Parts: sequence; C-alpha cells; structure tokens
Amino acid sequence: MSDAAILRVEDLRVGFATPEGLVQAVDGVSWAVAPGRTLGIVGESGSGKTVAAMTAMGLTRGRRTRVSGRVLLDGEDLLSAPPERLRALRGDALAMVFQDPLSALHPLLRVGDQIAEAVRAHRAGVSRAAARARAVELLEHVAMPDAARRVDAYPHELSGGMRQRAMIAMALANEPRVLIADEPTTALDVTVQKQILELLRRLRDELGMAMVLITHDLGVVAETADEVAVMYAGRIVEQAPAAELFAAPQHPYTWGLLRSMPRLDAEAGAELVPIPGRPPSLIHPPSGCRFHPRCAYVRERHREVDPPLAPLAGAGAADTGHRVACLLSETERRAIWARLAQGAARRRSWPASSSSSSASRSRAACCCAGGSARWRRSTA
Amino acid sequence: MLLRRRLGEVAAVDGVSLSVLEGESLGIVGETGSGKSTLARMLLNLLEPTSGVVRWRGEDVTHARGARLAELRRARQLVFQDPAGSLNPRKTVGAALADPFLIHGLLPERAARARRVGELLEQVGLDAALANRYPHELSGGMRQRVGIARAIALGPELLVADEPVSALDVSIQAQILTLLRQLRRELGLTLVLIAHDLAVVRHMCDRVAVMRGGRLVEVAPVEQLYRAPQADYTRELLAAVPRIPSPSPPGAPGGAQSSPSSST
Ligand SMILES: Nc1ncnc2c1ncn2[C@@H]1O[C@H](COP(=O)(O)OP(=O)(O)OP(=O)(O)O)[C@@H](O)[C@H]1O
Ligand code: SF4
Ligand SMILES: [Mg+2]
Repeated sequence: MSDAAILRVEDLRVGFATPEGLVQAVDGVSWAVAPGRTLGIVGESGSGKTVAAMTAMGLTRGRRTRVSGRVLLDGEDLLSAPPERLRALRGDALAMVFQDPLSALHPLLRVGDQIAEAVRAHRAGVSRAAARARAVELLEHVAMPDAARRVDAYPHELSGGMRQRAMIAMALANEPRVLIADEPTTALDVTVQKQILELLRRLRDELGMAMVLITHDLGVVAETADEVAVMYAGRIVEQAPAAELFAAPQHPYTWGLLRSMPRLDAEAGAELVPIPGRPPSLIHPPSGCRFHPRCAYVRERHREVDPPLAPLAGAGAADTGHRVACLLSETERRAIWARLAQGAARRRSWPASSSSSSASRSRAACCCAGGSARWRRSTA
Repeated sequence: MLLRRRLGEVAAVDGVSLSVLEGESLGIVGETGSGKSTLARMLLNLLEPTSGVVRWRGEDVTHARGARLAELRRARQLVFQDPAGSLNPRKTVGAALADPFLIHGLLPERAARARRVGELLEQVGLDAALANRYPHELSGGMRQRVGIARAIALGPELLVADEPVSALDVSIQAQILTLLRQLRRELGLTLVLIAHDLAVVRHMCDRVAVMRGGRLVEVAPVEQLYRAPQADYTRELLAAVPRIPSPSPPGAPGGAQSSPSSST
C-alpha cells in the first residue's frame, strides 16, 4: 500500500480560526491509498474525517483555515497547487461523493445535463450530444433504473438511492483515479445502502480506482475496506489492514467502538459497553493521550505523554501496517483484548432470554392488511 | 410462560393491526416511509386512523378527548429522534422538566417540583445542577437524556421511542440504549422502539414488527425473527445489514495469531 499509493496525505494539520480559539480539526494525520484499494476512515462525529478529506481535495481553503503537511496525488503536492490546477483535478483525477446528494446536485438542473456538464468541463471538444450519450452510459453504469428516461429528471424527482447513484455517476464522469466517498450511504435504507456499496466496490474493481470511504459504521468498513484508519479528536489512533483490525484491535478507543455497537449476531441479554463521556474539545484538547479522560486503562503517565502512532513491535519481522497510538505495551494490550474478546464470546453464547419463548408466534400478516393505510391528523 | 395482557392496540381496518403487550419491549423496524412512526403515533392518539380502532387496556380510545385524553397522554409518552428539536431553546432544562407537572396540575409547590426535577435528572445519569442550563449548552447525548427524563416525569406505563439514537454519535448511542434498558427494568416500563437499525432492535427488544409500505410484514419474538425470518422481505432486510466480524479470542482462527506474545 505504501509505494503504490496514488493519493498520500502526510502529517496533515488543519485548524480553523474561530472567535473561541483555533479549532484543530486535523492534527498530524497521514494516510495513503493505492489504485484498486479502499481505505476506510472511521471515527465519531467531529473527529476530523471530513475536514481531512475536503482538505485533500482543496475544499477547505480560506482566510481562517490553517493547513500544513502534504497531500500528494501521484507525487504532485495539492496543498501548494494553484486554485486553477485544483479545479482541473477535481472532478477529473480526483472526485468526491458526499453524504447528502442534494448538496452536490443542482436542484434546478436535469441530472443528465449536470453529468454532461461534468464531462465537458474536463474534456474540451466533446460535443453536447456525445456528452449526453455519455451521461446515459454513466447512469446505466451505476445501475440507475430506466437510465435513458431518468437522464432528463430533476433531482427532486428521484428517490434518495437514485440521487446517490446520480451523484456517483457525476463523480465518475471522467473516470477519476481517486474517489473519496464521505458517508455515501448514511442517509439511505439498508437495502439501498447494500446496492450502493456493491456498486462502489464494482466500480473500484473495474476502473482500478483508489477509494477512500469515510463512515461511522464499522460494518460498512468491514465489508468494503482493505485498510482502516480509526480517528479520534483529529488524530489517527489506530490503523491496520481491515481483517487485522477486527481480529486483533489494539487501541482502547477501537475496543470501545467495537463493544458499544449493537451486533446482529448478539445473543439476547448481551450488554453493550458504552464509552463513557464524550468527544473532547478541539480547541483545548486533553493533555497527554487525548483519549485518557474516557479510557479505562489510563495510567498517571498517560495524562502527560502524547503517544505517537507507532508500528506494532512484536508483530515479527514483517510490517503488517498495523499502527497504534497508545502507551500501554503491546503485551498488555493483547492481554486486555484477549480478556475482552473472551468476555464478548461468552456474552454471545448466553442462553436466550425468557421472552423469546413467549406465546406469540410468528405470522405473515397479510390477512389484516387490506389496502394501504391512510391516516389523518388527530384533531385533539 | 405467562400470557401477557394487551396494553395498547391499533387495529386499523384499512391498514395494520398491532398489539403491545404489558411489560414488553416491542421493536418496529422498516425502511423510510414504511409507516413505523405513523403506526406508533396512532397508538399514542397523536394521529387518528381513518378507520379502525385504537385500544388502551381493552378500552376503545380512538376518539378520546379532554380529560381522558390528558390522562392517556400521561400514561403514554413519546421520546423523539431529535432531542434538540423537541426542547424549547429558550427554556432551561429545569423549566422543561417542570412543565409536565404544571400542565397536569401536579406538584404545585415550587420546591417539591425542583426536587423532583433534580431526581429525574439524576435518574437519567445527569447532574442535578444541569437544571439551570439551556438546551444549546448541552451535547446531543445530554439533550436526549433530558428528553427521556421528560418522558418519564409523570410515571408513564408506555414509552414510545422513535429513532432515539439515530441522531447521536456512535459512542453516545450505547449510553442512551443502556439507559433505556435500565429505566425499563427500574420502572417496569413497556417500550415501543422504532428504529431502522436492526442491530439496535435486536439488542433492545423482546418482539419485533417488520413494516413495509404501510403494512405489517411479520411480527415475531426477537430470537425467532432474527434466526428464522418468515417473510422474504425480513430476510432481505437482515441480509442487507453489514456485519461486524466477531472478535476472535487469541488462538482462534483469525485471532491474534500473528503475535508471539498472544499467549500472555
Ligand atoms: N469551517 C470550520 N470552522 C470551524 N470549525 C470547523 C469547520 N469545519 C469543521 N470544523 C470542526 O472540525 C471538526 C472536525 O469536523 P469534521 O467535519 O471533519 O468531522 P467528521 O469526523 O467528518 O464528523 P461527522 O462524522 O459528523 O461527519 C469539528 O469539530 C467541526 O466542528
Ligand atoms: S495511552 Fe493510556 S489513556 Fe491513552 S489509550 Fe492508551 S491506555 Fe488509554
Ligand atoms: Mg463528516
């Protein structure tokens, strides 16, 4: 993943000057993604996932923004690139898909025209007719139902899933080499989410795109990403190949995320283990390890020493790419995780609760559902 | 196993029938527009079915008005998805929590009300001193706790929580779900939980109703629904949920076998 990387973010720092002080949204983040691969970035709201990605795209520039570090697209530094160069790259080599398609699609223009425009903006000399044909082709490519007709639809005439497809079609208009997808499915129903994720995976494989997938959903990451970076308060606290991260997570925050998410395969009666407290201020972050106020394994020293993101030492000769920012020794962490994982395994095999044997029986309820339900507001 | 009594019931002739059993935790799942919230609102007399009946403890309350409706409101409370939108930004937390008592003419004495408000805050895991704060000074998780405190203020029998955690951070979701479970135990509440997240419902509920296009597709005990779903649509929904791989204890295949120190 390192040498073959097409997009590389190095020691990126992004701060925003606000009346309350400098919000250090991203504080020394490095990641890289190679063609045909997916980097998943997880972490809770406000951890800096979006700001890092937007900065890589040159979308956070402004008088109040303080940026340092490097963002290299095929070796070319984007942070120092002039605005016109960035505009040329955006929508061409680099494309982004947002959580809310309505923010990316113009409400008053037909989706086909918007996609055609994206094509013509980067391909001088493409005729209108050719661009429109390309728009239909792209909509077909993203499996838009009835693409030849929908090309003339306005965004509001499409369902959420269709709008997402239209936005992805637009992002793919010029076969970008890197696609950054920021929560591309968060607003969608699970069945639609599944289709969109399958679509993104297929396109990644067919086009050999490098993909950065930002999400708060560990399940989405597990099913889509090759590599995962876990962000907390502007930093990456753990980074690993996806399988490794789920099998042998090393950071207490990652443990917290894993243990606080309800699982579909959990046994009835299984308890969630919430992470206490809440994410810290980015203006006055905690001293030492930023996670220390919420960490069950904090020691005195951890309140003062800020742990760097370092490769695992005991993983043998081969560097698996697993990195973690925690002051506990690797032996301690493995021992703790072994205990937690065993506890979780025990919880999963708890006997089912008494309620599951209650008298009600499953029924396919079609008998009482005559027509579609209509309601009116209570006047009370 | 005791047969539980029906607490609330909606039987809309043109739509769906669903009963809530006393003491249970019933999940309603389904996708956008499937009618989950509508069904729950009918159950709470916040919407009137165009036809059919709403029953509460066997009594037809479809057209309840006045004092009877007020009494029903007290017994059945709603927790909203968006804790910010459900709190008046110009009222302190304390005032918001005192409101239900004033509306229902309870605890007329200011000191007694303040005491009760403090108790409520502590019951939902907040500091009683937060009574003097305004909603915007609280985090989303804290606001949701206030929303829950307000819902339990008058000792309801039924709590309907409509997507209570979907607006919250991952790490905060578990705190709120754990609180709801604890309150159910402590107060013997019946819970109707509306959620699009099937894992959340799996974790919280005894029984699950699956809705689609305004209709009930399947109703079953949670274990049965997740292990042996009957309706195709339920199967499709379950199959679509992305899975988090199980943590494997060291030694197990896929576990921490890469480490020589994993035996410690
Ligand atoms: N223009 C800005 N001015 C000031 N602060 C900002 C600005 N943009 C973002 N921030 C702050 O930067 C931090 C990181 O925000 P970011 O949007 O990257 O979080 P995120 O990890 O993407 O969260 P989410 O999961 O909610 O999308 C937040 O605290 C946010 O409030
Ligand atoms: S360094 Fe200490 S406080 Fe920070 S995550 Fe590790 S154990 Fe917890
Ligand atoms: Mg974001």
